[in-house]
Amino acid sequence: MPPSPCVLCKTNRAVILRPKDHSKLCKPCFLSVFETEIHHTITSNHLFQRGEKIAIGASGGKDSTVLASVLKTLNGRYDYGVELVLLSIDEGIKGYRDDSLETVKRNAKQYDMPLTILGYDELYGWTMDQVVEQVGKKGNCTYCGVFRRQALDRGAARLGVRHVVTGHNADDVAETVLMNLLRGDLPRLSRTTSIVTSTPSAISTDPNSHTNIKRSKPLKYAYEKEIVLYAHHKNLDYFSTECIYSPEAFRGSARALIKNLERVRPSAILDVVRSGEDMAKLVLSSDEGCEGACASTIPAAEEEVDGCGSVNGRSVGGEMASMEQRLAQNEVVAEQDLEVEMTINHGSGQRHDEHDSGTTLRKPGKKRGGKEKRGQAFLPKKTQKQVMGQCKKCGYLSSQEICKACVLLEGLNKSRPKNGIELGYEADTHRIANGVNDLQMQVD
Amino acid sequence: MGNIKFSVEFSGGLQDLFGQKKIPIPSDKNEDQIQLPKLLPGESLKLKHVIDGLAAKLKGRNAKLKLFVQGDKGFYEVTPGILVLINDSDWELEGEYEYEIQSGDQVLFVSTLHGG
Repeated sequence: MPPSPCVLCKTNRAVILRPKDHSKLCKPCFLSVFETEIHHTITSNHLFQRGEKIAIGASGGKDSTVLASVLKTLNGRYDYGVELVLLSIDEGIKGYRDDSLETVKRNAKQYDMPLTILGYDELYGWTMDQVVEQVGKKGNCTYCGVFRRQALDRGAARLGVRHVVTGHNADDVAETVLMNLLRGDLPRLSRTTSIVTSTPSAISTDPNSHTNIKRSKPLKYAYEKEIVLYAHHKNLDYFSTECIYSPEAFRGSARALIKNLERVRPSAILDVVRSGEDMAKLVLSSDEGCEGACASTIPAAEEEVDGCGSVNGRSVGGEMASMEQRLAQNEVVAEQDLEVEMTINHGSGQRHDEHDSGTTLRKPGKKRGGKEKRGQAFLPKKTQKQVMGQCKKCGYLSSQEICKACVLLEGLNKSRPKNGIELGYEADTHRIANGVNDLQMQVD
Repeated sequence: MGNIKFSVEFSGGLQDLFGQKKIPIPSDKNEDQIQLPKLLPGESLKLKHVIDGLAAKLKGRNAKLKLFVQGDKGFYEVTPGILVLINDSDWELEGEYEYEIQSGDQVLFVSTLHGG
């Protein structure tokens, strides 16, 4: 194949084929375009505010390393006026996290950013190694996910930081969109596609409260391929290994599907992300229930609870039941399609542009339509979920009286073997597993 | 192909596949030798031959083999999610499997699948 020139500078030899538009770029042009696009994501979504202190959730992996490097570059180049710090969570997984934390420590020096490492043992009294010893490998990702989410918020609060950025990329978001689609969980889909999630500020006026932390994903539109290429061409120091406990069952399948799609049609990844965003607009979850006004205050506490691994033990039963219930109610409403159509426009200015697809996709939202009068058809399902309060035990943001981390911990602590192996061990683990399931049903 | 010397490298988590980050071909050590398929007279060494040789080295270790290549179409395809760079250039710009290996080439396989 004859070498082709870079489409931008027209002089250097192209070495990169961009997945999103098939343009051929040379190395310097690619690095610059990649950075500029992240800058565009940040400015067009107003992610940062001058004077803000921002914690980068850093794992030592490619995504967070690239995020730290790019934000450092952009903060200097465009003078965002933000203060960047690194925040790492040590789940306590020997042979996995301890190695990657060494990478983060080097990154802290390389980027001249202060680093804080917060351990599960310190926060919860349990390392993941101990949790796995107790509950087994199956389902441990639930614990890890719930714990990590809170850990980042608690760490941020401890640092006096109100904003945490994470390295989620376009491939991650596309995977999550597919997973939620395949589960039929459209409300969660709307939460996970959002570039900014934050806990409602109304809940706490205490500036040190860890229930009011903003989350954002500046790499949301960046391809994993380009992140890896950026790290490679910039010679970034990152650590790559898979979590030793992660079975990756469902997410792994979604991931393989995405990667296979990318090979055939590279733009598919961003297309899925965009579709996810459009579907999210159509889904009337309570997150959007305040008619757009609080779109930026999507509760973060219960988003992406699966952590990074499998979704073992998720509440399939409960979801199916509620889905059937919804479908039954939809049938009642089906005859009133025209009426529903009109109330859509009435209900929200945001959702005026998708008519045809709207009526079918919006089905979960029709639930209320059958019960209520015209014009109120799309009131949020307030009673059902996401009435956010604080956990009575730890004060963390929660829609339940006791937050999920505390429930999980209670189960763990109750059955902690006092003297080696006890007779009731089997029964106890079983009970915990049931506890997790109950819990997840409550959430959804 | 007699005198062609080049190297394959692995990163992004793939360095564990062969127990080393960089494999020179031909290698000085016998046990690390990658057996390249016999070529017809006049046929030049292509990337696909190298991939076949690497895959052969992983035969019998199915979990590792699958991380690297998929063979269900009757020939080995690099597992989706692995980037291939030939002298730092995306292999899609270089002819992918049909790329003719030159002496001194560096072929890099980077996994994008590993998280962090």
